[in-house]
Amino acid sequence: MPVRDYIRERFFPHIWCPGCGHGTVMGSMIRAIENLGIKKSDIVVVSGIGCSSRICGYLDFHTLHTIHGRALAFATGVKLSRPELTLIAPMGDGDAFAIGGNHLIHAARRNIDITAIIMNNSIYGMTGGQYSPLTGYGDFATTAPYGNIDRSFDVVKLAMGAGASFVARTTTYHVRSMIKILEKAITHKGFSVVDILSQCPTYFGRKNKLESAVDMLKYYKTHTIPIGSKEKEKNPDLIERGIFVQEKYPEYCAEYDKIIEKASKER
Amino acid sequence: MAKRKRIGMEVALAAAEAVGMCNVDVAAVYPITPQSHIAEHLSELVADGKTDTEYVTVESEHTSMSVCIGASATGARAYTATCSQGLMLMHELLPIASAMRCPIVMSVANRPVNAPLNILSDHSDIMPQRDSGWIVIFSENGQEVVDLTLMAYRIAEDKDIMLPVIIGIDGFILTHMVEPMEFPDQKEIDKFLPPYKPYATLHPDKPLTMGAFAMPDFFPQMMKAKDMALLNSKKTIVKVWDEWERKFGRRYRPVETYRTEGAETILVTMGSMSETAELGVDELRDKGVSVGLVKIRLWRPFPSDELKVAVKDARVLAVMDRAVSPGTGGGPVFTDIKAVFYGEDSRPIIVNYVMGLGGVDVTVGDFVKMGEKAAKAKKEEYEFYGVMG
Repeated sequence: MPVRDYIRERFFPHIWCPGCGHGTVMGSMIRAIENLGIKKSDIVVVSGIGCSSRICGYLDFHTLHTIHGRALAFATGVKLSRPELTLIAPMGDGDAFAIGGNHLIHAARRNIDITAIIMNNSIYGMTGGQYSPLTGYGDFATTAPYGNIDRSFDVVKLAMGAGASFVARTTTYHVRSMIKILEKAITHKGFSVVDILSQCPTYFGRKNKLESAVDMLKYYKTHTIPIGSKEKEKNPDLIERGIFVQEKYPEYCAEYDKIIEKASKER
Repeated sequence: MAKRKRIGMEVALAAAEAVGMCNVDVAAVYPITPQSHIAEHLSELVADGKTDTEYVTVESEHTSMSVCIGASATGARAYTATCSQGLMLMHELLPIASAMRCPIVMSVANRPVNAPLNILSDHSDIMPQRDSGWIVIFSENGQEVVDLTLMAYRIAEDKDIMLPVIIGIDGFILTHMVEPMEFPDQKEIDKFLPPYKPYATLHPDKPLTMGAFAMPDFFPQMMKAKDMALLNSKKTIVKVWDEWERKFGRRYRPVETYRTEGAETILVTMGSMSETAELGVDELRDKGVSVGLVKIRLWRPFPSDELKVAVKDARVLAVMDRAVSPGTGGGPVFTDIKAVFYGEDSRPIIVNYVMGLGGVDVTVGDFVKMGEKAAKAKKEEYEFYGVMG
């Protein structure tokens, strides 16, 4: 199917700023799903609040636009009642790591079969460029005019620590590998976390002397390397991308079914 | 009274400026549209050293209110601002702030509540907080936002009150409007608002417990104390407003009137729509329709007595609700007003128009239409004005 069959054109033009990376993430999601051949009606996309969440309006799947930080909680409800459906939760910095941080670690711990896509732009874009838990130390934001003194979460390490069975990182510059990673994340049986560095030229770029979206994409090109690259030894500041974890752990819905079966037998 | 310079400023920024004049010790604010400009500007004032405030950036509104309660319990003057989903997330904490008698001040940039998602303006966020024990005051323009914010701590921290205060500022319609307004001098405010002297504080030298478990022998007393304090707060609120009028010349009343003399029909509004309604009343009066306007400024404690006086000669009251109270058979302001007249020998016909939901513009023409319709009312009505279906 062509890409436009996956979107609701009646809601276009979208609200994302010129140069925003979120459209690239959406395009890659669509291509991954097209490649996997999953039926549109078998996919549920659940979003929270913020720039990222608007994806629910544009994608022509079952979509559930919920409240700030709770995308994974709603998605857990959908998945437990209809485990046969494919659940994708695209989230922003706040949804995934600030107000919704608890939901992420517990979804990871349970290993419920949901794909969490972190549209990581290191800033709160929609509300005006406040720093987020993914804004790096020393970075600038409207609320950090002299530089941020908080350290950012390392999405990959946090997801690994919380027990996610699939953990990957990619960027909006590396579209082809992003599509491949998303295919693997969506088909992975268990909780998948994909950290996608997605540029916000309007706020993060403007505040951090990355003047244009192109500059930011170039930054992703020059400041990230594939996992295990020798470059990392020379420059430890380089950010690794690729698949960090791909493990088979017991999946939550399957475990839940087993308990039901066990309890039913013993009755 | 000194003649002051009027300056043009966005109302959200003016709210932050006013907070910046109040010697606030701790502010904890989480950004949410359309409140964010208040949070941003206050953080600028703190960063520029214009106010000596600890500004805590939190990860959610649940935390911002928790921080404020904690700060207030130690005797600090605390401030926050939010709206909509942020206020809903705070909901759990609001009755705690009032029961623990924490005189926190909060600006609420009134916005609808999901679903569907809407970021514009109405009163759906404040209504679920009605029974939280907070004083709730509505503003209708930028100057009022400045004045009411500057008076809020005086009210909250009065020893006869000791309750938190919400200032309602309609989202976008007020928050994002640039309006002319004047500010008192810092010296005048310092005189008007002395440093906060708390009753009891958490302090290592004098240990005490706040908000602990209470059995049935004690719990109801706490609830009664809170209600009594809120009901009794009205006279002190008016006293503070009177003092403001003497000092700064602007008058505030729990219920305010506009051209109600001899009016057969009275429109009742709350918040920013009141100024538009005034123009509607002028037009109706020009047409010869006998209409006046009553504006509810003080939403909690509800000004029942003042309302009765303000509308005593009216045949019809047309209550404009900017929120729905699903399953009640009328909007929240409407049902409260109906309760006021229970037990009265003569009472007006009360009609209810729910309007302006989700940021729908309510124009002068709308008030003219509603006024004309209400003037002919023969019995109680409940209508979603201008809504199809």
